[in-house]
Amino acid sequence: MISAAELRDVTKSFRGRIVLDKINLTIHQGEILALLGPNGSGKTTLLKILAFIEKPSKGEIKFQGEIVTDNNAERMRMQSTMVFQKTALFSTTVYNNVGYGLKLRRTPKSKLDSEVKKALSLVKLDGFEKRLAKKLSGGEQQRVALARALALNTKVLLLDEPTANLDPKNAAIIEEVIAVANRELKTTIVIATHNMFQAKSLPHRIALMSEGRITEVGAPAEIFGKLSKNLASFAAVDNTFTGTAKATEAGTTMVDIGNGVQIEVTVQRQGATAVFVNPQDIILSKSAVKSSARNVFKGRITEILDLDALVKLKVDAGKPFMIQITKRSFSEMALNLNAEVFITFKASSVHVV
Amino acid sequence: MNEILDGVIKALQLIFSGDPKIYGIVSRSIFFSGTAIILAALWGIPIAMLLALKNYPGKTIIKGFFNSLMGIPTVALGLILFLIFSNAGPLGFLRLLYTPAAVILGQAILVTPIVISIATTAIEAVDPEIMSLAKTLGASESQASFAVLKEALGGVMLANTASFNRAIAELGVALLVGGNIAGLTDNLTTSISTYTQRGGSDLALAIALAIILLVIVFGINLILLIIQRLRK
Repeated sequence: MISAAELRDVTKSFRGRIVLDKINLTIHQGEILALLGPNGSGKTTLLKILAFIEKPSKGEIKFQGEIVTDNNAERMRMQSTMVFQKTALFSTTVYNNVGYGLKLRRTPKSKLDSEVKKALSLVKLDGFEKRLAKKLSGGEQQRVALARALALNTKVLLLDEPTANLDPKNAAIIEEVIAVANRELKTTIVIATHNMFQAKSLPHRIALMSEGRITEVGAPAEIFGKLSKNLASFAAVDNTFTGTAKATEAGTTMVDIGNGVQIEVTVQRQGATAVFVNPQDIILSKSAVKSSARNVFKGRITEILDLDALVKLKVDAGKPFMIQITKRSFSEMALNLNAEVFITFKASSVHVV
Repeated sequence: MNEILDGVIKALQLIFSGDPKIYGIVSRSIFFSGTAIILAALWGIPIAMLLALKNYPGKTIIKGFFNSLMGIPTVALGLILFLIFSNAGPLGFLRLLYTPAAVILGQAILVTPIVISIATTAIEAVDPEIMSLAKTLGASESQASFAVLKEALGGVMLANTASFNRAIAELGVALLVGGNIAGLTDNLTTSISTYTQRGGSDLALAIALAIILLVIVFGINLILLIIQRLRK
């Protein structure tokens, strides 16, 4: 298989602190590779190195078969582009944002117009050319950023948590575009994510990252199918818990994740198990809700994160759960820090790793 | 009281009659200060970019130095430049003293710390990811720096406006290195000072020039405000 990029013993340190430690990784041409790991595991730095906007402190990178040096880094940069987690936009129109890289490549005006239009159409923002980019909603802004990268049709597209702060509608559009770009434009895509659910469905391969190292690389089925020997690195990913599974009389499985928290799942398992609950699948209420859902826990809100149309909440229910709700629900429920809440989710919505 | 009122009426008559003497002084003032801020921007903005975007030892001291120079008394700077430009001074051979070039250069030096300090703050306030963003879209180091500067345009415009206001309203430098030579180096402030001292019928001329000076200063600020509103 032809490689889009190869990293050999790539190390990066900032002020003596090692952020990436001897990374060896081959990115195959035309694949979607997910870098899965908790915050601070080095995913973003690795992407920046692959985008040639950060230089490794040590090690070697081969890009499109050529060793990257100071002399050719700028040329390489033309073939690898990155979309940042925190959407960065120029204070101008959507057209000028999407056309920025094309203008740098001296694209003729007529082609520029059609390429911008095509890219905006891909992200379902047809007719947005004249709008001011920074006046758009968070989800639309992230789609503009993706369109701007797609318009360049680079060999490699690097996406840093592309859906982390988005509502389900915008997240779905972005995931669809990623799949289309890979399938139809044959773009090699590297996604950094700490969303287990995304990592399971989108990529061809997953590289698990923990504390600046790649601990395991494989196909999703391979990674999720067996119990990873680096299960500890999973535990730091949002809503991922490790524990001991025991069968119940009802035919389900109860996973004891510690601190008196037991999660019921529909998959049959015994022994050491890791489970993941999508933040969007958790219902938040001020009192216990009578429902068919098997998992109900009482807890307190310990963190509130404002994400444009959404609010992410951390609820300590013995174990920390991340919950994603709309801003409207948040204000209607008059929630605040330290408020007592109930979290509810179905046994069938728990993903067993 | 009547004298003042008379002066104001005469001043307005002079302004609206298109008095060539007044318009000569006004156009010279705008030319001197306009050229001075262009010069100050030419060397001040690259320095501001170096201060805002690069990290090196002593950076804070340099920033503090320019900040403190923002309020330098114009007569003090005027005197220093007079000594430098005078025949016995190190740049005496350039024969700059009492020429328009001396006024322009002097005002450019006066406003350079303002350009540097305000522009540095504006560039520093730009999202640090813009530099990386421009680069990942294919920009070279200089193109990426230019992208950052474009994002800081509002602040850079403010720096230039504040500089223009300071330059056109200052007296010390223009008087000491320009010499207030009629039709050559006299400008709004030196003329206001001279005509006020002369008094009598010249007081109306001084009032007219002061009104114009205030209109220019307020007008430019108003235009900047409107542009900033439109940009938002």
